[in-house]
Amino acid sequence: MSFRPVIGLEIHVQLKTKSKMFCGCNNESEGVKPNTNVCPVCLGLPGALPVANKEAIKSAVMAGLALDGTVAGFSKFDRKNYFYPDLPKGYQISQYDQPIAKGGFLEFIVPLEKEKKLGSKKVYQKRAKITRIHLEEDAGKSIHPQGRDYSLIDLNRCGTPLLEIVTEPDISSPLEAKFFLQELRKIMRYLGISDADMEKGHLRCDANVSLKGEGTKILGTKTEVKNMNSFRAVEKALTYEIKRQENLLKKGKKIVHETRGWDEDKGETIPQRSKEEAHDYRYFPEPDLPPLELSQAYITEIRNNLPETPEHRRNRFKKEFKLGLEQLAVLIEDKELGDYFGRVISELREWVKDLDLKQNQEKATTEMINLTANLFVTELVGMLRDKKVAVEKSKITPENLAELVTLIYKGEISQGAGKKVLGEMLDKGGDPSHIIDEQGLKQISDEKKLGKVIGEVIKENKGPVDDFKEGKQEALGFLVGQAMQKTKGQANPQVVNKLFRRILKK
Amino acid sequence: MDFEKLTIPEIHKQFHEGKTSAVELVERALEVIGKKEKDLGSFISLDREEALKAAEKVDKKIARGEELGILEGVPFALKANIVMKDKIATCGSQILENFVSPYDATVVKKLKEAGAIVIGRTNMDEFAMGSSTETSFYKKTRNPHDRTRVPGGSSGGSAVAVASGEVVFALGSDTAGSVRQPAAFCGVVGLKPTYGAISRYGLVAMASSLDQIGPITRNITDCVLVQRVIQGPDAYDSTCVKDKRNSSRYDLESIQNLGVKGLKIGVPQEYFEKGLDKKVKEKVEAVIKLLEKKGAKTEKVSLPHTDYAIATYYILSPAEVSSNLARYDGIRYGYSAMVDPDKKTDDLLSVYLESRKEGFGNEAKRRIMVGTYVLSSGYYDAYYLKAQKVRSLIRKDFESVFKKVDFLITPTTPTLAFKLGEKLDDPLQMYMSDVMTVPSSLAGVPTLSLPCGTIEKDDKKLPVGLQLIGNYFEEAKLFQVACAIEKLVNK
Repeated sequence: MSFRPVIGLEIHVQLKTKSKMFCGCNNESEGVKPNTNVCPVCLGLPGALPVANKEAIKSAVMAGLALDGTVAGFSKFDRKNYFYPDLPKGYQISQYDQPIAKGGFLEFIVPLEKEKKLGSKKVYQKRAKITRIHLEEDAGKSIHPQGRDYSLIDLNRCGTPLLEIVTEPDISSPLEAKFFLQELRKIMRYLGISDADMEKGHLRCDANVSLKGEGTKILGTKTEVKNMNSFRAVEKALTYEIKRQENLLKKGKKIVHETRGWDEDKGETIPQRSKEEAHDYRYFPEPDLPPLELSQAYITEIRNNLPETPEHRRNRFKKEFKLGLEQLAVLIEDKELGDYFGRVISELREWVKDLDLKQNQEKATTEMINLTANLFVTELVGMLRDKKVAVEKSKITPENLAELVTLIYKGEISQGAGKKVLGEMLDKGGDPSHIIDEQGLKQISDEKKLGKVIGEVIKENKGPVDDFKEGKQEALGFLVGQAMQKTKGQANPQVVNKLFRRILKK
Repeated sequence: MDFEKLTIPEIHKQFHEGKTSAVELVERALEVIGKKEKDLGSFISLDREEALKAAEKVDKKIARGEELGILEGVPFALKANIVMKDKIATCGSQILENFVSPYDATVVKKLKEAGAIVIGRTNMDEFAMGSSTETSFYKKTRNPHDRTRVPGGSSGGSAVAVASGEVVFALGSDTAGSVRQPAAFCGVVGLKPTYGAISRYGLVAMASSLDQIGPITRNITDCVLVQRVIQGPDAYDSTCVKDKRNSSRYDLESIQNLGVKGLKIGVPQEYFEKGLDKKVKEKVEAVIKLLEKKGAKTEKVSLPHTDYAIATYYILSPAEVSSNLARYDGIRYGYSAMVDPDKKTDDLLSVYLESRKEGFGNEAKRRIMVGTYVLSSGYYDAYYLKAQKVRSLIRKDFESVFKKVDFLITPTTPTLAFKLGEKLDDPLQMYMSDVMTVPSSLAGVPTLSLPCGTIEKDDKKLPVGLQLIGNYFEEAKLFQVACAIEKLVNK
């Protein structure tokens, strides 16, 4: 009998609000000395009271709307009671039976084969339903130094606002889980509500995994897998867990309903606690916070001002710019890059108007956009990565970049020189025509000028010249290269090529 | 000058006329405390030096001829569950024996800004759980009218401090009667404001949906003056709200002079039935007759769900208690078995268990257990949820009765102050002493207790408390009626 995995995800997204969920403490604790970014409220000191953060509520509403969920006009906060040293109040303020948003779904693209990236052409679209989204506060961090008989607690993280997003068990493979999470990360970033960096714990994911026998309708017993700290870990852990369950079922054994932790070093999931030992959290309405009542006007206002989601942008870029899958994958992945790309294209449209075009303007624009996208995908992204700079903070203005593309398109500089100019612009800023003049990068297409250079090359390379005449086509490449060298790359290679052929044919 | 009887306006006048100084007042307060404290046990800790220093500042202001705020230089006491910066807030419990607050409660901040002078923190039932101040870890507090009797609770220390003249006013907290019942037993004025009228920020929580800070004073005018300063919305407490009805700002002149003519008084029958001391009943009915003479109209009314109030309260309140008291785990502050040489702790669980076993008294443990039980899965619907529904019904009782009458009049307590130890081992009997005060706590409506005479018992004159219940945020109307009663009773 074969089995089909059934996976549901429970994701915690750390919101990047200015202050914490229920107090005025700075929400950014990274690199801050332990237990210093705290106040009576997040320390849970006697007498302190929580006050809900409006920005966090807005973020949750945005997430709910972006995922096509229904935002509740009335929701409330509840206390989830349990004892743990990093939970200073002895309860976590969360939302239990009336979350801020319900329903919705997320559509994402999954490549068919594991090795292929998102740019792959073999992809399918998948939809996973969202069960609910709610707001809660984070606990502190417990640190267990190796070989010591004590543990340390850092309460800086206490009260950090979290969004818990729960999906229906709609996910059918570890790869789907991974791509779901990556799409969700993108959405959070597009909305500007979280950096959703898994490695930094901004996005944490638990998964409920069970196997369903092919042809049956009965769900198998599920396990909950925790402690997966990267997209890769999610994929690996789920792959392991599915295999583990499959092996047990094939041997006729039963799956134990339990929580299992992913051990990255061992590469396996390890039992943490069984459901019989599960907490009774004794949820009840948080008496310190009035219910959360959101007016339709407020929700509509947020809906009307919702930033574009990655999916919308993907569709728009495809339609408007006629981009290919790989170009789309790169430009959608990073919101800022896509924003910037959009600005370059607007500038480009201005440049097109001034071009003396032989063909129709629309076609030229499409070609130039394609040229721009390629420049982004093959050159700019790599350069930015090497320099560790975000595009919107780099020295290149969209206007200058549009000009560069225009110059390349017009053939005033070669693709190679274009790359050089781009590098220069990134280092020092400035407009491309100046850089081209300063560095003498202007492409030489003038046949008279080039004829002279070609004459010299022919004189100096008797051997290859003869080879070519005897029909060895690859010799031409060598000769063109020589000519390029002599002009320090300024020669228009197409013209050089044409001239060689013409001269040597005689 | 009889310090023990001075009112706030009299103090204010004397400062301006140079008849007394703030330092002198604080010294007098400390003197009275020195004389009576051993006998009454109202304070857990005193701030002698800080109080004198603060008084010196006020005196300098007087010397410079500056205008003083009405509370400036007035010595007062804080219940030990209201936190003050750099001071220990014990809440009457061992588990907070060493907890020093790094911040001021909003009411403390407001009173400090108003220039009132903190003398010390008063004794109370542990975490405000009790009606006799006997569950305090620290000491017993006695009723100044009869030392063999309890002062009431849980704000017993605050009520005694005011009744015995140790301070001019005190703050208490009221969850089910903890301001009103001791005020009644001790013969002083006590107000439980509308839920949400005063910030709870810095009041150590017992049952958050019911807790309210309230003033305990020597008379109604003082109560108005203190309430005026401490009430109002607070950015640190989202259950503390601004309400239009509160905009009258307690105009003292109208409160003192408007009287009761034309007002409709509701007399809820459920409060005058079984279990009510006959003499207490007579006292209250005598006041009602006096009010009728002054032109008030009385009407018998019914609050049909009154009988369920105590049961409802003893489900909802412990539920919140069990959660609110979870933070006292011996890890970060307060008593910890970890550092107690008499305790053995091997792991985290034993630190929790031993610290809480040692640190909490019996009543706290009882309520933590009941609360944990009623919130547990499988019991939640039958207890907690049902109690919430009954609470709504009780609230509706009040809402509909206030469509017919302006305020309600009842006894504050069914009996006079009882004997020390009399009910300590019988929790149900103890709980029943709150039977008159619990319903308005559950509804959240403002309620005030004021003295309406005394009854002689065992050769001692014991005070009787009369309770006025008003509509949401209509404290000003309560004050107006209370002022009229005060005049009638004192004639």
